[in-house]
Parts: sequence; structure tokens; C-alpha cells
Amino acid sequence: MKAQSHLAEVRRPHEGGIQVGSDLDEVVDIEKKIEILSEEVRRMSCQCQGSTGGSSEKFAVIDRIVEAYAGQDGALIPVLHQAQEVFGYLPEDVQAYIAEKLAIPLSEVYGVVSFYTLFSTEPKGQHKISVCLGTACYVKGAGNILAEFEKELGIKVGETTKDGLFTLEACRCLGACGLAPVLTIDGDVHGRLVTKDVATIINKYKASN
Amino acid sequence: MITVEELKAIKAQYEQNMADKDKKGTPTILVHMGTCGIANGADQVYAAIVEELANNNIKDISVIQTGCPGLCHDEPLVTIAIPGTNPYIYGRITPDNAKEIVKQHLVGRQPMADWLINSAENDRILKFEELNFIKHQCRVALKNCGRIDPERVEDYIAYDGYFALAKVLTEMTPLAVIETLKKSGLRGRGGGGFPTGLKWEFAYKSKGDQKYVVCNADEGDPGAFMDRSVLEGDPFSILEAMTIAGYAIGANQGYIYVRAEYPIAVERLKKVIKIAREKGLLGKNIFNKGFDFDLDIRLGAGAFVCGEETALLTSVEGKRGEPRPRPPFPAVEGLWGKPTIINNVETFANIAQIILKGPEWFASMGTEKSKGTKVFALAGKIKNTGLIEVPMGTTVRTVVYDIGGGIPGGKTFKAAQTGGPSGGCIPAVHFELPIDYDNLTEIGSMMGSGGFIVMDEETCMVDIARFFLEFTQDESCGKCPPCRIGTKRMLETLTRITEGKGKPEDLVNLETLAVTIKNAALCGLGQTSPNPVLSTIRYFKDEYEAHIVDKKCPAGVCKALQEYSIIADKCIGCGLCARNCPVNAISGKAKEPYVIDQSKCIKCGVCFEKCKFGAILVK
Repeated sequence: MKAQSHLAEVRRPHEGGIQVGSDLDEVVDIEKKIEILSEEVRRMSCQCQGSTGGSSEKFAVIDRIVEAYAGQDGALIPVLHQAQEVFGYLPEDVQAYIAEKLAIPLSEVYGVVSFYTLFSTEPKGQHKISVCLGTACYVKGAGNILAEFEKELGIKVGETTKDGLFTLEACRCLGACGLAPVLTIDGDVHGRLVTKDVATIINKYKASN
Repeated sequence: MITVEELKAIKAQYEQNMADKDKKGTPTILVHMGTCGIANGADQVYAAIVEELANNNIKDISVIQTGCPGLCHDEPLVTIAIPGTNPYIYGRITPDNAKEIVKQHLVGRQPMADWLINSAENDRILKFEELNFIKHQCRVALKNCGRIDPERVEDYIAYDGYFALAKVLTEMTPLAVIETLKKSGLRGRGGGGFPTGLKWEFAYKSKGDQKYVVCNADEGDPGAFMDRSVLEGDPFSILEAMTIAGYAIGANQGYIYVRAEYPIAVERLKKVIKIAREKGLLGKNIFNKGFDFDLDIRLGAGAFVCGEETALLTSVEGKRGEPRPRPPFPAVEGLWGKPTIINNVETFANIAQIILKGPEWFASMGTEKSKGTKVFALAGKIKNTGLIEVPMGTTVRTVVYDIGGGIPGGKTFKAAQTGGPSGGCIPAVHFELPIDYDNLTEIGSMMGSGGFIVMDEETCMVDIARFFLEFTQDESCGKCPPCRIGTKRMLETLTRITEGKGKPEDLVNLETLAVTIKNAALCGLGQTSPNPVLSTIRYFKDEYEAHIVDKKCPAGVCKALQEYSIIADKCIGCGLCARNCPVNAISGKAKEPYVIDQSKCIKCGVCFEKCKFGAILVK
């Protein structure tokens, strides 16, 4: 089977010497291209659950991602990371396409997606709020901050607001313990929080839309 | 490709530039831009400084972005180095403050004394090393953090960077490198404390056509952020050490497995790997000595168990990060079945200096069995939060009071938690304990990666034990039943206790389960998961008993056990609490103290939030 022989190639790139200057420069360049492409995809993408609509343009982006990792060991997780960057989440058809491209069984791809908390099979809101529940934050009252967000947004942790604006998540340590309690919204860190900051933060992001 | 001669020339050139600046008296501005600093607005401060310098037509002053110097409590920080004086360190600076500093201090030559964190009496400016937070420290792994521009290899070289690799490749055999490490007594800083030299020796002796060096930068321990700080502040040191490791064990490919939660660290790593390749410091024939080594980055995806070495390796292979039994150890059978060494970031950060300064220098610091220094992430209920590096053997008291400045708000120290979800707590009775691997293990905690979370009288130790169990339960990969089921049962018991439904036999059951899990779980995550429970039962049994027998939470944390009441002296009878109570449990007359009907109260805490006079007591 063609897929199997491809797999054999993928798994043994280092034999008979090392690869120097292998991938990173290309990956950095490709990442830039992917950023531009992902914008396009976001515009095109419908938010149907479980499926991205299946148009070939969108999957062309995955082709490029897979290409960047061609011949590398352990490419699945990096590819999933980048595919999620592009699509916002990893619905079944995206997983299936990646499985086919990497010549890995779909069950293995799904096994990996479901194992790691950063991979999501559900679409996310426009703004992703991650409240840190690391030890330092917890000791300093992060639980109350999270509860306040649940109250203000009217959703439970792990859910997305009906208007699709916010997804509320709890995360492990962000490593900004000196500023505990902290949270990130779309990757920006907000620290030294008190419960009354919560409404202000939500309004700020609502206003930015 | 850089040769050893060119390395020396780069350093000499840098020193010449500095000397020229000194001669002219040209100041340098350092903006400290780690994750904490940026979260507090350091990037806006940087932009404000650049803008204000331009507004004032100042062109000769360089503004350098560095990593974090460790003083998280005073972020964002700006250091102004003026030749001939001690550097001026400004703390908690806003962009407006920064513009004012440029105007007053750099144009007008008048420091803004109120914003300085290092001014002493009679306008004396303290050296960085004289600050209370710094003077007990000894910086080896954090040597360059906050001092150099992490993305400029020239800066790294100027502070002796890559000279250790040059020495190794020109003067030392792989065995001599391993011997040096063994003599230094360096032990793994990621948690286990395994002697690094020995690990390298195993991998060196293992036969294999391909070997690998892996850096564990999956800093999952909640409350530890030293690896992030090193990756952000001094990433070349990790590249250099991994290359040395490659030479020592005979590997020419390395992987850095880094958490995706650290985007700044990931970006910096990508940049510095690119630079190192361009300069020939990674790739073929490094320093023209016939040695090849290259590196790639692998991102984690939010699984704590991947900090365990065998799980990490399966994750690098692109699979579910599940651990496997050892032996075979990775040094024999690691990544793709090949001999592999895995060291943590902080361990690697020590390597170059051990090579340059000698194993005796390193072994002169620390205790008998724990040599060198250890970085701790000081957080929780402590005044000076931040990253500190102290010689092994420093006492808990020094860390908490002399460096950490004690507990804020006049509260009392209850315990410090080390080792994260695998560790335990250090109660006040062990205040004089010299911190090292063996002492911590002896008192039921562990070094772990160096999280040091301080807890005060308002922290409930039962709730903390429940918090850690919730963490490990959630992060358990599910492969082995003792961890998968055992931690679940322990968590259920602890949750019941914190809800006031504890039974007298719970403590014994918890301990029995804990011992079983410790003995039977597959990997380090499972085996150590009961530690926070055992440790809190050992030192705070009275708190457990208060929850189980008296149905009280002495710290007032466990919501189900809280009792809300109104302090009559403080209540002015405004009625705000009563109007907001969702179950009409509060009643009273205007301008007279109100009362809470305990039988109706659902402990939602609204009255506490609404009262403007602090009249609601939670106990």
C-alpha cells in the first residue's frame, strides 16, 4: 500500500547521518504564510460543528503544513498545532485529512487530539479567556475570579457564550505566578486580578468588536 | 562559521564598545521583558522610551530588551546604566513614568528618586547585589537573565557564552566532560535529582548508530516558572549546553520539548536556533572541529504527564504522551528506541559554567549531597514574589523572610509548598531546615522543579490537598489503574471532607490508598500524587479533624463550612445586604444592626461582597 511505504519514509529520516538546517527556517517562513492563509480560511469558514465544509482551498493549507514537516519524525503533533491555528479547532474532517496526508490511521490522530487538552474538537468563541488555576493563582483566589467570569458571562467553564464572543477555560500554570492571580485573553496576560476587574475586562473586549 | 579565534574577537569587540561607552559616559537603558514584565506593560514602556528618546533627539543611547531579572513584584522594571555610578533600577513603571524618566533623568540628569527600587538613605544608589531580594542569592543558572539581550548571540558571547563549547571541542574528550560533571555533583533540577554526569555516562556507554539529546522544557509544575525565565532570558545557554551534551554522549540531534503555554519562550527559541545555525554554532563541523549537532523544537500540547521523561519521549514521537515502565531507561532505549538523555532546562543552564569554572567551583557551593544552587519560583502569600537562585542548604527562613520579605498584611506563615503536585509542604516547625534534595524528602516534601508557594493562615491545607489531587486526577493519563482509579477515590474523599461530609474513617482510608498508589503506580506522576495529602495529614491533622469532626474550616476557605454573621459594632443598618440576599436570610431594622438567619443562609457570599463597612464576618 502506498500509504505504508510513505510511513516508512517518515519514520526514519535520521538514518545514515543527521539532517542539518533541516526544517526550522522553512517552518518559520511557512508559519508566516500560514498566518496569511489562516486569515483567509477564517473568512471562508462556516462554523458548522464537526465539519469545515470540506472545500478544497481550506485543505490546501493543510497540504502546505504537512509539506513543511515532510520527512520528519513525529510530525503529527506540530501539524495538529498548526491546523488548529488555521481552523480554530480540529473537526473530524480536518483530522481525517491530516491522517490521510501523514499516512497515519485516523484512530491514532483522534487518540492524540483527545489526549492533549490544547487540542479542541469544538469551535471556540472569538475571544478565548483562560483563567490560570495553578497553585499560586489558586492560593490567591483564582477560583473566585473564575466564578465571577461564569457569573458575568452566564456560562460554565469550558463553554462558549451564545453570541460566540467568549470561550471560558481554566488552564494550568501560565508561569506568571509573580502576578497571581492571572488569566490570558487571546494570549495577552492580565495579572494581579481582583473580582471587580472581571466586568471591566469583559466590557473592554466587547467594545473592541 | 565562527572559529574559536572569532569568538574571542567578538568578546573583545563587545568589551571595547562598552569601554568606549564608559569613556563617553553614554547611558544604556535595559527594559526587562519576560512574560511577567510584558504582562505588566513592559512593551508599552519600551515603546514609550524609544519614542521619548526620539522626541528629544537622543541617538547614542541604546535601549536593550532583556529577560527577567527575577523581581516579579516590581515589574515592569527599567534599568538605567550610567557609567561611573551604580545602575538606577526603576520599578512598577508606566509608559508615562518612562517618558518622564527619559526627560528628567537622561536629558535633565535628575533621577526620579520616588520610582527607584534601589535608592537608600542620603540618595545612595544600591548595587543590584545589595538589594535585600538579591543579596542572599547566588546566580549561576540565572546569571544572564535580565542582563543581556537574549536574542543577540554577541551579548551571550560577551558574557563567556560558547567558550565552554569551544573548550570542550578543542581540549576535552567526551569522557573528560562526563568526568567533570560527575565531579561537580550536579543533580537533575527537574525534580528527581538524578546525578547528571551519571546519566550522561550511561548514554555514552550505550551502543547506538543514533543518539539524542532532549531538553525537558515542559514546565508543568503549577507554580514553577524558572525554565520559562531561562528560555526567555538566556536561551543560547541551553543551546550551548545541549551541544556539549551531544558531544559528550555521541549524539548529533537534539530536541527541545517546550510547553505551548510559553509563546514568548517558543518564539525566542526559534529565533536563536536560526541565529546559531547562521553562525555555525549549530550544524555541521562546529568550530571546525568535525563535530555536527543540530536542534529542533517540539511543542507540548497541555499534558502535565509529558513532564515525565518516558511520556515526553512518546510525545516527541508524535503520540499520546503516555509513560512506559523503566527499565529500559531512556539512556539505553529512548527516543525511537535510541539512547537518549533528557535533562531539564535549569540543569542545562548550569553546564557551561561548570565546564568553564571547574567542577570544584560548583561543588564548593551547597551541601554534602546537593551541590551548587537551586532556582525557586517564590509565589503565593509572600511580599516579594519572583525568581530566586540560592545555594543549596539555604534555610526556609532566609527564603521566606530575608529574600521574600515575609507575609503581607501582617499574616502568619503556615507552610510553604514545594515540589508541586508531587511534593508536600514545609510547616513553620522546619523554618531552620537547610533546603536540599535529601532534607526535603526526609520531611515528606521534595525539591521538584522549584516551585515555592507560601501559604498563610487563610489557606486551608485540606483544600490545598484537594486542589492537588484534582490536578493529578485530571492529568492522570489513565494508563495504570492505581493512578486512574486511586486518585479519583482520594479526590472524592477529600471533596467530601471539604464539604463537611467527612467520616471518621476517611483519614485512615486516605493513607491506605496513598500507600497503595505510591507502590503500584506506573510513573512518577502517579507514584508521587499522594504526597500532598500525606504531607498535609502529617503536619496539619488538626485541620482535617476540624473538617471531619467539628465540621469547621479553620481557615474559612471551604465554602460549605463557612458561617456568615454580622458584626454588630460595624453594621450601620443600611440594609444593603438584606436587599441583595437571594434567600431573604437577613433581616433587621434601619439604622440598627442586622442579623443573618443561619438556617436560611446558603453561603453565597453576596452580603460579604456588598457590605461597604466590613461588617460581615466569614468564619
